[in-house]
Amino acid sequence: MMLVFLAVIGVMMVIAAFVALYSRDVVGAIVAAGVVSLLASLLYLVFGAPDVAMTEAAIGSALTTVVFLFAWSRIREIASHGERRDEEVPE
Amino acid sequence: MIKRVFALALIVVVAFFVFPLFAGIGERTDLGPVATAYLEEGARALGAANLVTAVVVTYRGLDTLGEVTVLFAASAGVALVFGTLARRSQVERRRRPPSELLETGASLLLPIIATFGVFVFVHGHLTPGGGFQGGVVVASGVLLSFLGGTLTHTPHRLLGALETVAGAGYVAIGLLGIWLAAGFLDPRFLPSGEIGSLFSGGAIPLIYVLVGVKVGAELSGVIDAMRHRSDVS
Repeated sequence: MMLVFLAVIGVMMVIAAFVALYSRDVVGAIVAAGVVSLLASLLYLVFGAPDVAMTEAAIGSALTTVVFLFAWSRIREIASHGERRDEEVPE
Repeated sequence: MIKRVFALALIVVVAFFVFPLFAGIGERTDLGPVATAYLEEGARALGAANLVTAVVVTYRGLDTLGEVTVLFAASAGVALVFGTLARRSQVERRRRPPSELLETGASLLLPIIATFGVFVFVHGHLTPGGGFQGGVVVASGVLLSFLGGTLTHTPHRLLGALETVAGAGYVAIGLLGIWLAAGFLDPRFLPSGEIGSLFSGGAIPLIYVLVGVKVGAELSGVIDAMRHRSDVS
């Protein structure tokens, strides 16, 4: 039973990792990378390492995802600004 | 062509030197002498509540110092890069106000998250978690309050002061360990107290609180740098 659970989590992690690598949608890829971390933290918890699980969940899946999202929105902003330098900046 | 041959030769040379290490990898059935000493005496010798705390805070406390240093460098780099970006492109952009759902949710959850974060680093020596984890939880609460619009003005000076005091305090406690006890970050210069109570384990809770404050302030600063520059007017 435990083994099935671990296998399911492992397979989900691999799938999420592939989504993060090959997805055309950048926001989707960032969220998928966060999912990999969240599942990894679940594994750490199951294997009896709550300290590591906490770090992974807080940094890997929460903060990293948010920082990536911030950076992505910033990049998009600059890109759209550069294209329409003479026009009005879009809201 | 010659480049390729050179690269190949380099790979072979590296492989030649690394192979003995690779061949020596095998499953270990016994612990090394240092690990055995830690397991048998580590927690009790330091008056810590458990072995994980003893190793993380004291025996491998230097690692935490390194982590905090790396974090400091990273946050300084983020502030530098985003500061330059903001100056170069004067993007005028009004922020969309947060939705009511986000606003209400953030103000409801913020006290709970902040309390939990503080709990994690204050009780770091008794329960799983510690300074780093607690600091990150606090920082995620700060992030939520930015998103929910609860916190519009960033207390830069307070963040800087917290970071400085916590960082200097951490190193000072480490040095006190050398002076009053056996070595850097040795927590035994304070009485170890009754194991299991909040004030126990010598200086371990103090170290955890300082690390928590430092990590929390630093990560909040990173988030603020990214958020702040993205809506510079």
